[in-house]
Amino acid sequence: MAEKPRLKLPAEAKKGDVIEIKTLLPHVMESGQRKDKDGNAIPRKIINKFACEFNGKPVFSVNLDPAIAANPYMQSTQRSTRAAHSNSHGLTTTAQSRRLKKK
Amino acid sequence: MRQLSRRAALALGAAGAALGFVGSGRPASAAAKEAADQIAQFTGGKAAEKGKVSIELPEIAENGNTVPLSVTVDAPMDNDNYVSDILVLADGNPNPGVATFHFSPISGKAAASTRIRLAATQNIIAVAKTSKGEFFTNQKLVKVTIGGCGG
Repeated sequence: MAEKPRLKLPAEAKKGDVIEIKTLLPHVMESGQRKDKDGNAIPRKIINKFACEFNGKPVFSVNLDPAIAANPYMQSTQRSTRAAHSNSHGLTTTAQSRRLKKK
Repeated sequence: MRQLSRRAALALGAAGAALGFVGSGRPASAAAKEAADQIAQFTGGKAAEKGKVSIELPEIAENGNTVPLSVTVDAPMDNDNYVSDILVLADGNPNPGVATFHFSPISGKAAASTRIRLAATQNIIAVAKTSKGEFFTNQKLVKVTIGGCGG
């Protein structure tokens, strides 16, 4: 995975503003439904959890299923608890990928 | 599962390479039943009230591989009463689960957007849960021209 995840935030926010958080995660999100040219199922490989925290407090998180398209795009919002600038926003996003056995 | 592979082979031949949905071969109603089961599990058997949840989707999705989806719940996001979770299901996919969004009061708005995969024309169902244990639901039909489950 050479590409870096992308995170987009407004440059500045006033206290009380509801800001939009946009993220793009480069990932194949292999659904486990597809077959290769020999007819073997391609194993499922997805990001299954995405979380967004503000100074350690959870803001937003998602449990992803294979029905999320490749390179998952996530858009959520956050109410600013203080005025902030984009290089000191205190926002942390994490994504977790786990290989699951097909049921 | 000899029958399934024969069916897959037939579908491949008929659809011509990548266009057909060569999936699990399960009838759509099985996925719909599973979707209903997942909703029941999410709500703990409580009935969800219709409304408050709005689902934004294109009416016709030409490419099922990536369909933009937005879910918004018209409900307060106060510290003691907020929308905590939204379950999104697609009742015609091989697996109905799409995503579960979790919110907190500092989310400010119970709204999320993402891009999803759809195998065929089907209903998208969203069920929202509030911190007080109320449930709201809504659904929307989306027509899919080319399914997004490989082939």
